[in-house]
Amino acid sequence: MSDTTPTAAPERAASLPAQSPPVDPAETAKADRSAGLSWWRGDGGEGAKRNLGLLATLVVLVVIGILTRPDLYGDASWVWGNTLTILKLASVVGVVTVGMTFVIIGGGIDLSVGAIVALAGVWCTTLATQSYGAGGMIFSALTVGVAVGLVNGLLVSYGRLVPFIATLAMMVAARGLAAEISDKQTQVSNDTFINGIASTNVLGIPLLVYILAAVVLAGWVLLNRTTFGRRTVAVGGNPEAARLAGINVRRHTVLLYALSGLCCGIAAIMLTAQATSAQAAMANLYELDAIAAAIIGGTLLSGGRGTIIGSLLGVIIFSTITNLFAINGLSTEAQNMVKGGIIVAAVLVQQVQFRSLTQFLARNRATTT
Amino acid sequence: MNDSEEAEVTNEPLVEAPADTVAGEVVLRLTDVVKTFPGVRALDGVQLEVRAGEVHCLLGQNGAGKSTLIKVLAGVHRPDSGEVVLRGEPAAFVNPQAAMRAGIATIYQELDLVEDLSVAENAFLGHEPRRLGFVRRGHMARRTRQILARLGHPEIPPGRLVRHLPAAGKQIVSMARALSHEARLIIMDEPSAVLAHDEVGNLFRIIRELTAQGIAVIYISHRLEEIREIGDRVTVLKDGRTTAANLPARETPTRDLVSRMTGRTIEYVFPDRPADDPASDELLRVEGLTRHGEFADVSLDVRAGEIVGIAGLVGSGRSELLETIYGARRAQAGTVRMGGRTLRPGSVGAAVRAGMGMAPEERKSQALLLGEPIYRNVTLATFGRYARLGFTDAARERAAADRIATSLDLRPRDVRRAVRTLSGGNQQKVVVGRWLLGDTRLLLLDEPTRGVDVGARAELYQVIRELAARGVGVLLVSSEVPEVLGLADRVLVMREGRVVREAPAGELDENTVLDLVMAGSLMEGAPA
Repeated sequence: MSDTTPTAAPERAASLPAQSPPVDPAETAKADRSAGLSWWRGDGGEGAKRNLGLLATLVVLVVIGILTRPDLYGDASWVWGNTLTILKLASVVGVVTVGMTFVIIGGGIDLSVGAIVALAGVWCTTLATQSYGAGGMIFSALTVGVAVGLVNGLLVSYGRLVPFIATLAMMVAARGLAAEISDKQTQVSNDTFINGIASTNVLGIPLLVYILAAVVLAGWVLLNRTTFGRRTVAVGGNPEAARLAGINVRRHTVLLYALSGLCCGIAAIMLTAQATSAQAAMANLYELDAIAAAIIGGTLLSGGRGTIIGSLLGVIIFSTITNLFAINGLSTEAQNMVKGGIIVAAVLVQQVQFRSLTQFLARNRATTT
Repeated sequence: MNDSEEAEVTNEPLVEAPADTVAGEVVLRLTDVVKTFPGVRALDGVQLEVRAGEVHCLLGQNGAGKSTLIKVLAGVHRPDSGEVVLRGEPAAFVNPQAAMRAGIATIYQELDLVEDLSVAENAFLGHEPRRLGFVRRGHMARRTRQILARLGHPEIPPGRLVRHLPAAGKQIVSMARALSHEARLIIMDEPSAVLAHDEVGNLFRIIRELTAQGIAVIYISHRLEEIREIGDRVTVLKDGRTTAANLPARETPTRDLVSRMTGRTIEYVFPDRPADDPASDELLRVEGLTRHGEFADVSLDVRAGEIVGIAGLVGSGRSELLETIYGARRAQAGTVRMGGRTLRPGSVGAAVRAGMGMAPEERKSQALLLGEPIYRNVTLATFGRYARLGFTDAARERAAADRIATSLDLRPRDVRRAVRTLSGGNQQKVVVGRWLLGDTRLLLLDEPTRGVDVGARAELYQVIRELAARGVGVLLVSSEVPEVLGLADRVLVMREGRVVREAPAGELDENTVLDLVMAGSLMEGAPA
């Protein structure tokens, strides 16, 4: 192979970089297409596209509500009140879902969120904690949440346990500890400030909804505008690439579970305020609601992709369904069956819609150019 | 299992030269095959003629349409128009199973084996011999053993999990699967990419045996020398079109082949090597680095502005050495010093902070976030520098990535595009470009041109040389000896985890290096 062996022909070598290689027409076509789509291809553009589908689902649910109960929907003040009911219903799970979304985008899963909410709720309503007042209760709930999350994170990243297993173990253990602390009794919260969190309205909107909005906003900024968010996407999308780029994958994984724990701590205060009490069985199956909402919202279960807004819409869709059944006086059993169907349908519809939409647009461009 | 069945099994010819394909007869003919995807004409009029018993090589740059063509033949894609004629009959495969039943087997570059199934289970995946719904395990194991013997690897146990086989062994299993289907046409997509030099010899021996039995092989490779050795005829693709068909593989000049692939004439051209400058500062010093079972007592140094190449076979410990220097693996003994300071072992973060950067061997699995935009991949190691108080600055990142894209001639240049859509060469530029953003002083390159087409290779060589001219030290690992010799200033030859020779590149030639890397290595199976 005389002509493939290194022949450092000087004049060639010098002329090479200047010589522009032939332009691949296929590549140009692709580039044109992406330029045409660039207005929605920016950061998280694909997620925005998916979120349109979720909004459409929400609209359909409202239309079903109007068709089944035209009498109620005729009354504007009832509609406003009902919307607030739905948002209030979504608030606690919504906060948990924000943390869950981070964990899932980061390539993990957290099955212990419901149990952490219960443990934090029980911990902050013991007589000893309540004696420190509202500040002490809030502090202890958040600390318990973060601490349990840290343990989860350490088990996953340094103990090298599969997230599913580590958090499954934590789910069982944390509920057990909550039952132990509360002696399986319902602990009543006597703190008027804490209880007031659920009953206070600001400008006609429940404080709980503001808390949800604040957590969602903080989550959105954290995911889309900070180095923490970028690391999350990198660690979940390709942990090996992240590691070889110098990102401390293990430390970041610990932080993700701690963040989820923090959200659970916040949710524990909200839920305790709503019930004016806490018990070991509270926040039952929240992990499933949060995971389902994140998945419906377009978060990839294998990590690396997801949006906070999508997760929020997922939670709101669920509470709208619950509300729809309530105003029609239907049973919760039927409601759960429908929810299961919705999860499957939402994912199926998104897949089809996403594919056909991009193809349709591409074809449209191809014919116009 | 009764006697009559035993007899049936043993009498069953393993790979039968099909009666209807005499050697030389046309097995497959493609006429004007077109396949479009949204916005892209991936195949735009492909002609291909494959005869029984020949090795038909398919040449083309990344993006020329080879992969799409393979998928059309394998039943993954259906062509929009054009004619596919298999043994004289029009063929339209509705799915991969249909293609397989028609006698076409495909061995993909990323082997599609199930790691946690046994060799036999993989060989017969999807068409296990069954009776009453139960898999006939004994029968399956026996037939697998026969096929493996035929492939020259009777030592591979049919019951062994595929996970525990080396890359070459996995490829044998893929071929066993093709034979278990009694394929008459086997498509091999860059089969040598995962193999060490001596294993390639064995692969060629197997291919020759297959073609001697009248099986046709479509062979895809970037390595021209392989095509010379194994190929009979060559078809060249460019931009989804056949630009040359049925060229004789041995006689066609390289210049012709390359010009039909690229539309211009280039060869492996390496940039000029500047005069040696012994006065430049020592950047990296590695002393007595050891990881048991991988490499032992390796000492080396890299000076600023110097390109040091490591030549060695797969399994010589070269990639492991690079990853250990980078802190991705923890050394059991020895030290790594950057600019005189000893690095904390097993910490990539420490290495990056000290000014190291690495482009790992497996671009897709080790270096890239395929679904993320180009600019986020370029800034993956540095986005923190563009951030203020933890808040990222996408505009500045895009501007920085855009500069890199321009200086590396990234095509297409739109840094918002997903990395997934780039060709292999351009993806590699993204990985290398990542380290041009920071103050990287030492670049570790592991197989920088694997899966990169000829044109993009020359550009990458130029980039690497320019980096060195700017004072960056480069430590380069490659299995292609000409690449190491042509690009590096100084060469270390590794064999079985040890450095066996160190010399300026000018003092070594390809044959010397090949002798060194292969001496005492396992030569069984290689052609005499």
